[in-house]
Amino acid sequence: MNVPQDLKYTKSHEWVRQEADGTLSVGITDHAQEALGDMVFVEPPKAGRKVAAGEAVGVVESVKAASDVYAPVAGEITAGNEELASAPEKVNADAYGSWLFRLRPDNAGDLQGLLDAAAYEKIAAQ
Amino acid sequence: MPNATPLNAVHREAGARMVDFGGWDMPLHYGSQVEEHHAVRRDAGLFDVSHMRSVDIQGAGAREFLRFALANDVAKLDAPGRALYSCLLNDSAGVVDDLIAYFLQDGLYRLVVNAATAETDIQWLHSLNALAGHGVAITPREEFAMIAVQGPNAREKLWAAFPETRPGSEGLAPFHAARMGDIMVARTGYTGEDGFEVTCLAEDSVSIWQGLVAAGVRPCGLGARDTLRLEAGMNLYGQDMDASTSPLDAGLGWTVDLKSPRPFFGRKALESRPRGHEFLGLVLADKGGVMRAHQTVSVEGGEGTITSGGFSPTLGVSIALARLPLGTAPGASASVAVRDKALAARVVKPPFVRNGQSLI
Repeated sequence: MNVPQDLKYTKSHEWVRQEADGTLSVGITDHAQEALGDMVFVEPPKAGRKVAAGEAVGVVESVKAASDVYAPVAGEITAGNEELASAPEKVNADAYGSWLFRLRPDNAGDLQGLLDAAAYEKIAAQ
Repeated sequence: MPNATPLNAVHREAGARMVDFGGWDMPLHYGSQVEEHHAVRRDAGLFDVSHMRSVDIQGAGAREFLRFALANDVAKLDAPGRALYSCLLNDSAGVVDDLIAYFLQDGLYRLVVNAATAETDIQWLHSLNALAGHGVAITPREEFAMIAVQGPNAREKLWAAFPETRPGSEGLAPFHAARMGDIMVARTGYTGEDGFEVTCLAEDSVSIWQGLVAAGVRPCGLGARDTLRLEAGMNLYGQDMDASTSPLDAGLGWTVDLKSPRPFFGRKALESRPRGHEFLGLVLADKGGVMRAHQTVSVEGGEGTITSGGFSPTLGVSIALARLPLGTAPGASASVAVRDKALAARVVKPPFVRNGQSLI
């Protein structure tokens, strides 16, 4: 299973990367894209939206099913990746290179409450 | 534990993602459902369809029995090897199952029925047999496996892998079958492409599968099978129709033969049951999601429901089959409730794709 050590994770199968400017990039994990199958539609959230932790903010839809993507922590969306909307198959080809949105957390410390790679791997293996 | 086909280990070794389908452990895809779909439209793909059940109907009265049991008329099968698609109806003209009936020889027919409904069908046929009094033998052939090889190059690739099948099968017209020893090769399928469905003994299925893969035929799972049949405008039992649906409300009027005065089972109910719906296709015009079964469709005449929906890899848009208000016609505008949005769609007459070509 491809679970990079340097990322944080959620139980709902998002990965989270802290960028140099303090924002968080969020996408769906390799395990999630594999379970969903070929992606045919991606709807990222709009910049400027205030979101709560666990709020559904985006949608990824595969040949099989639609799945919500959730905000890992509370904050404000700073960017949605519109490039993915026109090339959803990139999520299958490179899950960790395909961020769906960037978010500025209300509280930088919230990142520490997310899962590390080892904890996520256990959840994904179930 | 779900049932396993004789090819189960072959699928697992090939890395298939397996799912439970109608009580059978079947491959959903072997990596990419979309690539498998394209392989069938452009070249050749193969499917394990061994979960479907062959049921032989034998006896001097076999023809008359099936003229009573089926809504389509097997009297049209005027020579051995010919086949037709039909519904089996219940006493309220609902669809017990859809099937293909093959005329093998005088006094012998073979029905190929769906996996999930096979046991119900067999019980149903026994009840009809008691009612009709022709005393036919009804024999499920559980020793068979079935492999579909589909696509523009499917026939050539079967002949390249198994040259001995060529003389008996190259003259077959669509909806015709030939028997060669324990193997039956039929020019039928569920994809909208040319190809064959090969019925063989379970113990021969692995070598046939591997021979086709070696000849360059791509293994395809149920995921691609579903998008291919949806593009081809073919119904899926349990989704587009079931025991409560009249075939006339599921786009299957063409399979019901009312020309002869033949009193087939369900005919009276069918003739006294008014049509309730148009059964048509939808093509999504807006971006914003994928149409799925059970979504509500609004048209000028009222509301309808999607029975099958998905993304069409060939057309690059979402397509669906839907039950729509009577009077709705191709060309009409529709609005589909996709999650929290109302998306625009266009009503079309299925099929959407045949032989690799868009029809919309």
